[in-house]
Amino acid sequence: MKSLGSIRRDFAPWNDPSAKPYIQFDKVTKKFGDFTAVSNLSLTIFEREFFALLGASGCGKSTLLRMLAGFEEPTAGRILLDGQDLRGIPPYKRPVNMMFQSYALFPHMTVEKNIAFGLKQEGMPAPDIEKRVAEMLRLVKLEQFAKRKPHQLSGGQRQRVALARSVAKRPKVLLLDEPLGALDKKLREETQFELMDLQQELGLTFVVVTHDQEEAMTMADRIGIMDRGEVMQVATPAEIYEAPTSRFVAHFVGNVNMFEGKVAERAANTTRITGATGAQIVVENATDTTKGADIVFAIRPEKIKVSSRKPADAVNALEGEVYDVAYLGDMTVYHIKLDDGQMVRASALNAARVSEDPLTWNDRAWVSFRPDAGVVLTR
Amino acid sequence: MTNIAAAPSSAETAAQLPTKLAKGFVDRLVIIVPYLWLLFFFLVPFIIVFKISLSQTAISMPPYTPVLDFGDGISGFFAGFRELNFDNYTWLTQDALYFNAYVTSLIIAGISTVLTLIVGYPIAYGMARAPATIRPTLLMLVILPFWTSFLIRVYAWIGILKPEGLLNQVLLATGLISQPLVILNTYTAIFIGIVYSYLPFMVLPLYSSLEKMDYSLIEAAQDLGCPPIGAFWKITFPLSLPGVIAGCLLVFIPAVGEFVIPDLLGGSQTLMIGKTLWNEFFANRDWPVSSAVAVILLLVLTVPIMFFQQAQAKAQEQGK
Repeated sequence: MKSLGSIRRDFAPWNDPSAKPYIQFDKVTKKFGDFTAVSNLSLTIFEREFFALLGASGCGKSTLLRMLAGFEEPTAGRILLDGQDLRGIPPYKRPVNMMFQSYALFPHMTVEKNIAFGLKQEGMPAPDIEKRVAEMLRLVKLEQFAKRKPHQLSGGQRQRVALARSVAKRPKVLLLDEPLGALDKKLREETQFELMDLQQELGLTFVVVTHDQEEAMTMADRIGIMDRGEVMQVATPAEIYEAPTSRFVAHFVGNVNMFEGKVAERAANTTRITGATGAQIVVENATDTTKGADIVFAIRPEKIKVSSRKPADAVNALEGEVYDVAYLGDMTVYHIKLDDGQMVRASALNAARVSEDPLTWNDRAWVSFRPDAGVVLTR
Repeated sequence: MTNIAAAPSSAETAAQLPTKLAKGFVDRLVIIVPYLWLLFFFLVPFIIVFKISLSQTAISMPPYTPVLDFGDGISGFFAGFRELNFDNYTWLTQDALYFNAYVTSLIIAGISTVLTLIVGYPIAYGMARAPATIRPTLLMLVILPFWTSFLIRVYAWIGILKPEGLLNQVLLATGLISQPLVILNTYTAIFIGIVYSYLPFMVLPLYSSLEKMDYSLIEAAQDLGCPPIGAFWKITFPLSLPGVIAGCLLVFIPAVGEFVIPDLLGGSQTLMIGKTLWNEFFANRDWPVSSAVAVILLLVLTVPIMFFQQAQAKAQEQGK
C-alpha cells in the first residue's frame, strides 16, 4: 500500500498520446422510446484504470454500464473492448463482470456456491474451483461464512460476497453499480479503501457508477461527470475540483461561489472582470476569453480569506457583512453578504485553537483571494 | 411489551393494563372464530361421516343402523356404539374395484398435475415478465373463467371434443385428419378437462412466486457466463419451487376426488374414486360404504397437504 501513491502518480495513460485505449465508447447513443438516456457519448478508459462515472440519478450512467455489460445494446455508435467491437455479443460471452447495486446474490445458494457459479459456467475443473473460491473468501475475509446463505449475512458481508463473486472469474473489466450505496457511512469509508487495494492487487480495470462525489473522489483515477446523457468533463479528481470546465461540474462537485460577469479588460497575464453587481475581480488564468464576453467566475470557499480589515496586499478584496457563521470544529464556514448584495461562502480551517481575528454575526468583513484562486467559466 | 404483568411499575402502565387484556382477548377471538368455523363445518360433519362408515347398511330411513339417538335413553345410546365396526373398511380391501379406483384417480390426478404445470408455467412466466401496466389485465383474464359455472364450462368441452364437435370439424376442414378423432369418453378428454379447469389454480401461485423474483438475479447469472436457458434452470426454476409446490397441490388434491369431469368427459368406463363414491351413494344407496370411501380418500389427501405445509414452513424459515 505504501508504494500505491507513487505508482498512482506515474499512472496517467490518458496523458500519453501513444497509450492504447482499453474501453472505448464511440459516439454511443441509447434511446428508450422517446427518452434519450445516453446521447452521442464518446469516452475512453485505459487498462488498469479505476474509472468513476459520477452523476445524479437518471443521468445515464447506469445505462452506460449496462451497455458495457451487454444488458442493453446501443441505439447508435460502437463500444470497443481491447479493440473488439462488443455489438451483438451477449452478456454471458463478454469478458466483463458486474457487481450489482442490489448485489443480486442467488438466495438459494450458499456463499461458496454463489462465488463458484461463474467458474462452473466456465467449465473450470472442480479442484481449481475449490481453490479459487477459497482464495476469494480469504480476499474478502469471509472464510468462516462459506456455508451460509445470503439472508444469514449482514449488508456489509453480502457486499463482499457480491464483490468476490464478480472478481472470481478474473474479468478484464469489473463493473460496479453503486457498490457501496447500501452500506452505512462508516462501512462505506472502510470499503472504499478495500476496493482500491483489491483493484491494485488484482490489476483489473474498474468502472464504477456512483452518485456519491466523495466516493468517486476517493477511489477513482479519473472521474467522468455525467448530466442528461452526456459526459460533461473527464478528469482526475483534483482537476475536476480545481479546474472544472463548466458551471455544471463546478456546482456538482463540492461547494462553489459563482460571480456572474463580463470580461472588462484583457492584459498579457491578467484579466479584469466586472461582476454583474459591480465587483471588480482580477484573475490570472483566463486565457481563452475575449473582451466583453459573458463569463462566470467560480471560486471554492476554502480559497477565500475572511478578515475584519482590508488586507494590505490583496489584489482582490470585497467588503461586506457577516451574515452567518457555522462552526464545524475542524473549520468555520462564513456566509458574507457583500455590499453589492452577492452572498459569498468562505471556509477557514481552524488551525489554531484561539482565533486572532474573531468574526461574528453582523460584523463588517473583507473577503480576499489570489488572482489564481478561482476559474473563469465560459459555459 | 413482555413484562407488563410482572412489573406494572408506573401508574401509566397500570392504567394500560385493562386495555392490554382487552386487546389480548380480541386477538384470541380473531383466532377462535376460524377454529369454531372449522369445528362446526368440518370436524363435526367428518365425525358424522366417520360414524356412518362404521355402521351397517339397512333398508330404512336413514339407510343405515345403528342410528345413535336417545330414543332408548342413555343406555340405548351407548348400546349403539357396540354395533359399530370396521366391516366396511375390510370390504374396501376385498373388492379390487376400490383399490383400482384409488390408484387410477391418483395416477390421473398426477398426470393432470404435471400437464397443468407444463401448460401453466409458461403462462405464469409470461405474465410475470409482461410490462407492469398490463399485468392486472392478464391476471383478470386468468380469473375470468370462474365467472361462468364450472359445470357449463365442462359441458362446453363436450361440444368441442365430440366426434362431430368443433375440434374435429376444424381439423377435418383443414385436411389435417380424414377421420374424426375419438377424444370424448377417453382418458385424454379427462386430462383436457382437468388441465383446463384447474389451470388458474396452477398459474396464480406460480405467477405470485415468479413476479416477486428480482430480475437482476437472471442478469447476474448471465453476467457470470450462464446462457438464458441455463439461468432458467439454475435460478428461476429453483426460486419458483414454492409456487410450483403450491400450484401442484392445489391441482392434485381436488383432481383426485374429481367427479364431474370424469363423469361428463370420461364416459361410463372410466374408474375414478369420485365417481365410485357417487355410485355407492346414489345408485346403491350404500351410505356406510361410500362414507368409508370418503374417509379413506380424506386420509390419502391429508398426506400431501402435510407435505405442503412442511414445505411452506421450510420456505418461510429460509426467509425467501
